[in-house]
Amino acid sequence: MDQPGYDYHIDIPGTTIFDGKQAMKGYALNKMCYDFNRAENREGFKADEEGWMEKYGLNEGQKQAIRDRDILKMIEEGGNIYYLAKLAGIFKLSVQDVGGLQTGRTTEEFQDYLKSQA
Amino acid sequence: MATVLGGITTSHIPAVGNAIQKELYDDPYWKPFFDGYPKVHAWIKEHKPDYCINIYNDHGLGFFLDRMPTFAIGAAHEYRNEDEGWGLPSLDPFPGAPELSWHIIESMVADHFDITSCQELAVDHGFVVPMQLFWPGAPHNPDMPKTVPISANTVQHPIPTLARALEFGRALGKALRSFPEDAKIVILGTGGLSHQLDGQRAGFINKEFDQYCLENIVSNPEELTKVTRMELVEKAGAQGTEFLMWMMMRGALGDDVTEITRNYHIPISNTAAGTLLLECAA
Ligand SMILES: [Fe+2]
Repeated sequence: MDQPGYDYHIDIPGTTIFDGKQAMKGYALNKMCYDFNRAENREGFKADEEGWMEKYGLNEGQKQAIRDRDILKMIEEGGNIYYLAKLAGIFKLSVQDVGGLQTGRTTEEFQDYLKSQA
Repeated sequence: MATVLGGITTSHIPAVGNAIQKELYDDPYWKPFFDGYPKVHAWIKEHKPDYCINIYNDHGLGFFLDRMPTFAIGAAHEYRNEDEGWGLPSLDPFPGAPELSWHIIESMVADHFDITSCQELAVDHGFVVPMQLFWPGAPHNPDMPKTVPISANTVQHPIPTLARALEFGRALGKALRSFPEDAKIVILGTGGLSHQLDGQRAGFINKEFDQYCLENIVSNPEELTKVTRMELVEKAGAQGTEFLMWMMMRGALGDDVTEITRNYHIPISNTAAGTLLLECAA
């Protein structure tokens, strides 16, 4: 979906505004992640990642981002962090692990960065 | 008629639930955060509210992108806390107050606020963590008030403006004060303050902007309506938009409030944690 001619947003470096465009792009990915609220769906994914992604109709870019555990790519593909957080839980990643992965820091470096802003 | 006693805000970080379960109150990491709550506990003990309006934002438990209400109000006998995908133990259900819910919905729709009413609503950490912080042992604290959850969309843009959030709160306050029962009501605004979980800017915190928000929300909330939504994302971080809940709470309190206690601490998890207790003029 494209919305030519009007920009609702300002450019904020390092930040993707999750709007209608992103929400449509990422619908299948976010729906799969939303369904991870239920333990049986988490188990289903763990047992067969490829089959599970196919079942939800993820596109190739979304599938590859998950195969690569690439959070930034998942966001680019329309993922929303609140739903992705459920997937991160399956991968046993904490919020600080996820922060580190996205910013090129180790988890410890990311925690130090948080503290440095006190 | 009912009385609005005041409002309490707090961050609602999921890790807090875990820290409560492990009783990490004196742990060096957690102490500066938990030290913000004894005055709140004392105030609640003194005033014993009968009802609590819990204004929070759902994070992908109660609502999905298939249907995303901008403003949703619970109208159920009870609210279940459910698994958010991390397999953590859920709390027992929180008792609702459907008569009050429908009174609010009637009054607010009459005042031109288009509400989504919810007879079933699973509540996530945004709702339960503040309950645990304010009423230890919740929902089994003997002073636990009956509750009406109100959720505003901060998952997907366009989110409401700060001006709309404040107006929403004003209409909510009017609804509450016209509830025909001699009852005491407290309003919670949960979430914030500055934080960002996603993108190359993950970990962003903005102390200066948080202090500006904390100062103005007490005595001059109108000033904050000048902040645009994109500015809010820029200055408070992508998830710092949860400050909208604070604005909704503030609008319901009326002009004249007294600050009872305030706490601010960086960081808890990825977040600048803020707590504020405002009492309405009698
Ligand atoms: Fe939140």
